[in-house]
Amino acid sequence: MTPPILEARALEAFYGAVQVIFGVDFLVEDGGVTTLLGANGAGKTTILRAISAMIRRAGRIDFRGAPMAARATEDVARLGVAHVPDGRGTFTDLTVEENLRLGAYIRKDRNEVKADFERVFGYFPRLAERRRQQAGTLSGGEQQMLAIARALLLRPSLLLLDEPSFGLAPLIVADIFKILRAINRTDRVSLLIVEQNANLALELADRAYLIETGRVVIGGPAATIRNDDSVRRAYLGY
Amino acid sequence: MVEFLHQFASGLALGGVYAITALALVMIYQATHLVNFAQGEMAMFSTYFAWKLIDSGTPYWLAFVATVLVSFVAGLLIQRFVVRPFARAPILASVIVFIGLAFIFNAMAGWLYGYTIQSFDSPFPGRPWYGNVYMSAHESGAVLVTFAVLALVYGFFRFTPLGLAMRASAQNPVSSRLVGIRVGWMLAIGWGLAAAIGSVAGMMAAPIVYLDPNMMSGILLYSFAGAVLGGIDNPWGAVLGGFVVGVLENLVGAYLVGAEVKLSVALVIIVGVLVVRPSGLFGRRIVARV
Repeated sequence: MTPPILEARALEAFYGAVQVIFGVDFLVEDGGVTTLLGANGAGKTTILRAISAMIRRAGRIDFRGAPMAARATEDVARLGVAHVPDGRGTFTDLTVEENLRLGAYIRKDRNEVKADFERVFGYFPRLAERRRQQAGTLSGGEQQMLAIARALLLRPSLLLLDEPSFGLAPLIVADIFKILRAINRTDRVSLLIVEQNANLALELADRAYLIETGRVVIGGPAATIRNDDSVRRAYLGY
Repeated sequence: MVEFLHQFASGLALGGVYAITALALVMIYQATHLVNFAQGEMAMFSTYFAWKLIDSGTPYWLAFVATVLVSFVAGLLIQRFVVRPFARAPILASVIVFIGLAFIFNAMAGWLYGYTIQSFDSPFPGRPWYGNVYMSAHESGAVLVTFAVLALVYGFFRFTPLGLAMRASAQNPVSSRLVGIRVGWMLAIGWGLAAAIGSVAGMMAAPIVYLDPNMMSGILLYSFAGAVLGGIDNPWGAVLGGFVVGVLENLVGAYLVGAEVKLSVALVIIVGVLVVRPSGLFGRRIVARV
């Protein structure tokens, strides 16, 4: 059996001297989809930041069965871990196309990049229409698409997504989740999704973890979490 | 009228020097929000390096290219070893470092090359070009070199992946790291480029203002005035501002106040712009909630 693409053990994370994450364990299967659920301020975003080495962390993160050696954010990206950050991280003064070219910045395989541009434009035709437009003038939904497209151009093996549904109309959210499913199934990209929209995330995920004040409350196969009545009432609110 | 055009044209030549020095200031400002007060002294030191090469028999353009390359590497190393350790320190610490660097280069130049004023040969000798009666050959050449530098810088930032990565790093360092750009190195390359551009400014200015350890102090002030006038966060505004200040300085010096006090023109421009329009002519107005 292939090892999980990502496994965190007793992961801790800090903002300066303040500890925010207190020893969480979770894993993302190779080719799988894991979701981290929980309320605002539970520490979900912080966990993604810890994986990308954007903040100080302790404990252990294994990538493909070996300890992740990368110590700087740019080295994590170079391992093939793309991160769609909260707030989308758009380069607002650059054009849509320049944003996407930056996504492929570290790659040397020019022809493959070209093919990936076409593939990404296939997922998000809106971006193709607006490729010369300044990215800051895009709507929220379009900027979310741009952030995902930019991450895909890294050709990642693992994609970290921070609230891809945040602030978007339901129809656009449904669209984006459909594309995320395609990215996972056809492109074989493993996903780690942080979401507040638990319903949507649990439909896509095969593993789920509930985070509360920096700790894992319950975790396991998504189906179990989805069908656990007490969890649903207490944490998922439906 | 002829006199006026003559003053205007030679203002343009020195304005080109201000323009590219202002561009170097803006490049570092955009990435770090700091003004490198050592920019002028670094350029002066580069010019001495070129002078030494030419003095020992190196052909001018070879010395020119060598100076630009050495300045690039020196700028890069200064960022890595002197400026970077203060990246997380308060702004004032960085400002002190810049001022310290300025003093160090000034004193080193005086110590190594002496304080006597040296003449610096122009690569464009001889008679004015093609019936251009308002400019000396060197002034025409300096303007040409200025435009060449501007075109190269524009092409680099607009059309190369590295240029794009540097713009991205200046704008959004967090997202840049997430796509794998080594932001720290982009800053160092930015310092290298600024030092290289500054060295061109120094070599173009030296035949006009002569070479001595203090040759760039006035020029830096005018360049800063140009950058503030055009908008310190807008490279093209700063370039235009540099030209405008060059011409104004010359005209005001010739017709209004005389050459002795014309340096104060720069100060008047700086104070005037900051009072009337703090973001400059083309700068972006930033509103922050406190």
